[in-house]
Amino acid sequence: MSRGLRLIPIILLAWLVAGLAWRLIKPADPAVPSQLVHRELPAFDLPAALPSKPGLKSTDLASGRPRLVNIFASWCVPCAGEAPVLAELKRRGVAIDAIAVRDTPDAITTFLARNGDPYQRIGSDRQSEVQIALGSSGVPETFVVDARGIIRHQYVGPLTAANIPGVLQQLAAAR
Amino acid sequence: MIAEAGLAALWLSTGLAAYQFVLMLLALRSNFDVARAMRSVAVMQGALTLVAFAMLLLVFASSDMSVALVFENSNSAKPFIYKVAGTWGNHEGSMLMWVTILAVAGAFLALLAHRTSERTLIAALGSQALLALGFYAFLLFASNPFARLFPAPPDGQGLNPLLQDPGLAFHPPTLYLGYVGLSVAFSLAVGALLTGEVDSRLARAMRPWVLGAWVLLTLGITAGSYWAYYELGWGGYWFWDPVENASLMPWLAATALLHSINVLAARGALKAWTMMLAVIAFSMSMVGTFLVRSGILTSVHAFAIDPERGTFLLVLLTIYVGAAFILFAVRGATLKEGAPFELVSRESGLVVNNLLLSVILGIVFVGTLYPLFIEALTGEKLSVGAPYFNAVAGPLALILAVLVGVGPLLSWRRERRPVLRRLATPALLGASALVITIILWPGMSILPRLGFAVAAFLAASSMLPMIGRNPLRAPLATWGMVIAHFGIAVALAGMASNAAFTSERLAVAKPGETLTVGPWSVQLEGVTPTAGKNYTALEAELHASRGEGIIVLKPQSHYYSDPPTETNESAIETFWNGQLYTVLGKSDPSGGWQLRLWWKPFVTLIWLGGALIALGGALAMLGRVSRFRWRHAAAAEWRKARYA
Repeated sequence: MSRGLRLIPIILLAWLVAGLAWRLIKPADPAVPSQLVHRELPAFDLPAALPSKPGLKSTDLASGRPRLVNIFASWCVPCAGEAPVLAELKRRGVAIDAIAVRDTPDAITTFLARNGDPYQRIGSDRQSEVQIALGSSGVPETFVVDARGIIRHQYVGPLTAANIPGVLQQLAAAR
Repeated sequence: MIAEAGLAALWLSTGLAAYQFVLMLLALRSNFDVARAMRSVAVMQGALTLVAFAMLLLVFASSDMSVALVFENSNSAKPFIYKVAGTWGNHEGSMLMWVTILAVAGAFLALLAHRTSERTLIAALGSQALLALGFYAFLLFASNPFARLFPAPPDGQGLNPLLQDPGLAFHPPTLYLGYVGLSVAFSLAVGALLTGEVDSRLARAMRPWVLGAWVLLTLGITAGSYWAYYELGWGGYWFWDPVENASLMPWLAATALLHSINVLAARGALKAWTMMLAVIAFSMSMVGTFLVRSGILTSVHAFAIDPERGTFLLVLLTIYVGAAFILFAVRGATLKEGAPFELVSRESGLVVNNLLLSVILGIVFVGTLYPLFIEALTGEKLSVGAPYFNAVAGPLALILAVLVGVGPLLSWRRERRPVLRRLATPALLGASALVITIILWPGMSILPRLGFAVAAFLAASSMLPMIGRNPLRAPLATWGMVIAHFGIAVALAGMASNAAFTSERLAVAKPGETLTVGPWSVQLEGVTPTAGKNYTALEAELHASRGEGIIVLKPQSHYYSDPPTETNESAIETFWNGQLYTVLGKSDPSGGWQLRLWWKPFVTLIWLGGALIALGGALAMLGRVSRFRWRHAAAAEWRKARYA
């Protein structure tokens, strides 16, 4: 066997160790961003979650005005936690639509009565199909959608008061 | 006191390992006769580590909550068997078990080795001591299993309920024995490279260790696969999860080694390659241990991420594997290749076997680490899953399975007999299986279809080495080979059947409703609360029928309070022709229950095949060991007759 051939294992080992060491220094970030950021929304048409509000279609979101799409559920505790932030955003004139995941009308009504209702439309996603199509892996998540229906930003987990200026800026930039 | 005794035993073992390593350096540099001293030091070191492990078992069995590890991983309400199994159901305890096996394997090497030269044995024991030394340091400085808590808390935090299963008592120790048993092959290879005595004697000394480790790895992987199948409630037997792959990679390397070592033992050829494989097999074990213990890859085996421990293990891995590779690069050139062989011969058959296994190993290795490297280089996140592995490794595995049927028929050096004619019947069977699947199930996808054909061919051709000889007089090793190769055919048939014929039904059902899955109609009678020793549960009663008689299945959904966790306990009914697999999920607000039902024809063949493969390996090992005893007895008699 030639010397070059016999050095291959050492070179491969060096590569392996470098890769593993990199991962140790920079631990994996478990949040996986949606692949759809900066792309058009996938087509969907969700029925109304409540009789009093319209459902949500993907074409509703290319409305000529940037909006937020909040993915929530009445059974989700952090969703109740972020409700005041959504209420504040609504007060500042932000249009917010919602997708209710694996939920029922009664439960949603109770949830909104307790935590406030910032939503213009609520689509009901009983089997999480649209949620998965959007590349969202849990609740709550919030998407910033621009005037042409293109996803500009994704927030994984509940929004906090500290996020408000950033969200407003992104909405302004998405006109 | 028990914990302190364990810690003291661990420190003493560390001292002995250091002494053992120094003895090796002395022996190799000068001609001190240290062989006897080394053997006894190695045995003492193994015995002391065993004492340390026994002490840890004792503190777990007696639920001594003043030991931090027991507090974090046990609970006095746990059934006794899980208290004991909890010893290795955590990081520190399982690393202590790892080291214990390493040291005890070294002790047995010292006790039993008689085929290699004294110098190679000394070098191998020195290598084993150096390996142990690093891992002792890891335990003592980064993962002390005996650390105390003061004051002692009243009760422990409990063990992950997924691990509260008889599978846990069996699966990790078996895998570890296999993983770490390969360390002896590694040390023998390092020893032989140091002394330059890479020959058939070395191969014969190494072979039982490789066989033993390989049998245990096979059993461990098979048991782990079944455990994941029934405990996780996902209905799959293999998920290409990084931790599963971490156990598969040493197995693939050991399988290749098992075959190439025969060439070295019988013909003195493939020296450098066999040494490389021996080094790689244990290196893969260490990589696997690192991946699992550092928690750096996302996996269903969610172990805690700990950069300090990870760094320690990575440094050890780099030193050991790097040193062995450098040794190989320096000494590999001095190895003279043995007897030549022709293109069609058993040697070249085994070379092809090794090439295919190595390529599959490479595929699994790349697939497991690819996401990490892509993220390191481009920042993009992606995952590699079953579609890649099945599409790339599947066809190669099928080709390998065909060659498994051919290889054992070839003779050493040069094939003169008409082998193809002997394969006519198996080939006909394989072709018939293919035609039958095409006629009966035209919609079947290509891999399971080929799987059935190859399984039929291999089932028949694996028996050919037994044809025309008296089965009682055939060596046990030949029996072992035939059974193991037949086991591959059995497992392959199970996988093909599972892939082609599984019916699945996911639905929400209200009590009284009936669902159909495959030939079964399953009625949900009702869901009732129940309780176990340390959990509360919901239990569904399902009445399943396929024409005659009713079978009752009771899948449960468990809720554990320490730590708070929910698990699904599937209910599985096994029939001669398959398994009915049922899982109870969550309730929906309208009073329905999520049910997952599978009918999996002949799925049990997968694990039966795995067990047959392991049985074949065990028989082969038995054959080697009993022949060795007989030879020894004969030699002793001969000596008696000559010198008496």
